[in-house]
Amino acid sequence: MIVLSTLVSGVLLGGFYALLGLGLSLTFGIMRTVNLAHGDLVVLASFLALAVTQMLGLSPLVSLIVLVPVMFGLGYALQGLVLNRVLKDGMMPAVIITFGLAFVIQNGLLMGFSADRMVLRQGTLETAGVTLLPGLTVGVLPLITLGAVLALMAGLQLLFRYTLIGRAFRATSDDPQIAALMGIDPKHVYALAMGLACAIIAVTGVLMGMRSNFSAFDGPIRLIFAFEVIIIGGMGSLNGVLVGGMILGLSQVIGGALNPSWFQLTGHLATLAVLIVRPSGLFPETIDRS
Amino acid sequence: MPRILILAGLGLVLLSLPLWGSGYQQRSVVEFLYFLSLAMAWNLLAGYAGLVSIGQQAFVGIGAYALVVLAEDLGLNPFLTLPLAAAVAALAALPASWLLFRLQGAYFAVATWVIAEVLRLAANASIDWLGGGRGRAVRSLGGFERGLREDITFYAALALAAVAVAGAVWLLRSCTGLGLMAIRDSEPGAQAVGVETTRTKRRVYLFAAAITGAAGALIYITQINVRPDAAFSVNWAAYVIFIVVIGGIGTIEGPIIGTLIFLALREALSGLEGWSMLIFGAIAIAMMLFAPRGIWGLVTERWNIALFPIRRQMPARFIEKETT
Repeated sequence: MIVLSTLVSGVLLGGFYALLGLGLSLTFGIMRTVNLAHGDLVVLASFLALAVTQMLGLSPLVSLIVLVPVMFGLGYALQGLVLNRVLKDGMMPAVIITFGLAFVIQNGLLMGFSADRMVLRQGTLETAGVTLLPGLTVGVLPLITLGAVLALMAGLQLLFRYTLIGRAFRATSDDPQIAALMGIDPKHVYALAMGLACAIIAVTGVLMGMRSNFSAFDGPIRLIFAFEVIIIGGMGSLNGVLVGGMILGLSQVIGGALNPSWFQLTGHLATLAVLIVRPSGLFPETIDRS
Repeated sequence: MPRILILAGLGLVLLSLPLWGSGYQQRSVVEFLYFLSLAMAWNLLAGYAGLVSIGQQAFVGIGAYALVVLAEDLGLNPFLTLPLAAAVAALAALPASWLLFRLQGAYFAVATWVIAEVLRLAANASIDWLGGGRGRAVRSLGGFERGLREDITFYAALALAAVAVAGAVWLLRSCTGLGLMAIRDSEPGAQAVGVETTRTKRRVYLFAAAITGAAGALIYITQINVRPDAAFSVNWAAYVIFIVVIGGIGTIEGPIIGTLIFLALREALSGLEGWSMLIFGAIAIAMMLFAPRGIWGLVTERWNIALFPIRRQMPARFIEKETT
């Protein structure tokens, strides 16, 4: 039973990590660059949710009505006004700009909200559980998160497959120059993709803020986990995100069960092991554009 | 040759500083020199080899722990551990490069960070040997009289920075440097004309690791206490990236200017705590957007000068003479 409950909690933790990796995978899949401020944007979303719940008296989940459009706009502006200006100079400017942005967000949050650890409260939802088997109880929040990941992935899949803008995303991902010849504006597509990623980040920020407390400097470790998810799953592969999240969650929970201080370490080692065996991840989908 | 005179004059001023400078000035120059060495190493990686690493703190930490282990456990003179720390860091960089060189661009960047995180966690977990999260102190430094210790630290820092700058200039003027510049401009093109791209990049990566490792040992000679969260802190990468970006990436002069600006700015913002990192981040973003070649880039755009010339100019006989 201990084995089973460890595995179940690993899978549920994997749901959180998959959600964390989803936004990063989307931006990598379309723009081929890693947003180093990804983790900090997640923490920013948690803090914004906190501000919205306090000011408008909404519950965290309802605050998403405000948060998703705000974060979408923020993402669109970040790509459209800043990152699109340095597209032609390779990946280094984007890496450095998002790295700088990470420090701006961290210290901005520190100034705005103090260094205390915060938490989002949604009534009794955080502690509610469902008993699946005698002796095996799982939390409702992790189940909601897993459901959210699956719904978002299905939604993205439908978007990419059946809509005009989805085809524009795929075309720009494959070759922005040819896509431009077909009448697509790659810069607009990039900005939309970053907006979409930030909308997903808003959901991530709220669910993670309810799951555990957060502080201004939690961004980097979230970025690392998100990155590990897409390294394991395969770069730019949406389905790989789910598997990557599960593998990361399971390896952390199993490592933690063996020795509590190994919790993070086994996750990192699993990632490095995948890098050694299959450097392009388990489900490589994005073709190399260099 | 005014260039040589300027360099010799600067060298003389620095060499004689312990004779006339105050202890504060001496410590400030030591700080300048180790940041310069770190920046020079990162600049070689990112500015010439196209390897944008945000995990160089891995080698700062390795150097720091090499100092602790060699000086405390093996009883070596702490200052003699500097070249050994460089060797240890280069040795550690070799297997890391096997892993990292499978990745491209931004993935390489984050993977370097993951490796640094793994090392930070491992050092935190090693409670019996490395002291866990509380770290260990280099007690044998207490055996030196304070003035003597600061003088040796000063000359060690000077030697390290000299090796970093001279090594970078030498590397770039050598055949390897020619290959590097070809790789920077076009990797497939460089490969096509016979540049061993992976071997060239690995050479630079190991050199940068060695310099960073020695700098790490030197930093913790001045700080004495080695804690994993500080030694493997991503802030080292942030400072160094800020320095190189503001000074001018892909130049030898850039990191020198960048280090001076960084230390001056840090001094000016020292009372503002969180604001200083926010301002550093914002400046790095602004530089990347509006002056991607840094301050030295702006200077060379206007005047044709170089303190350390590494550009190759076409011999005059190949340049078509204008018929007048």
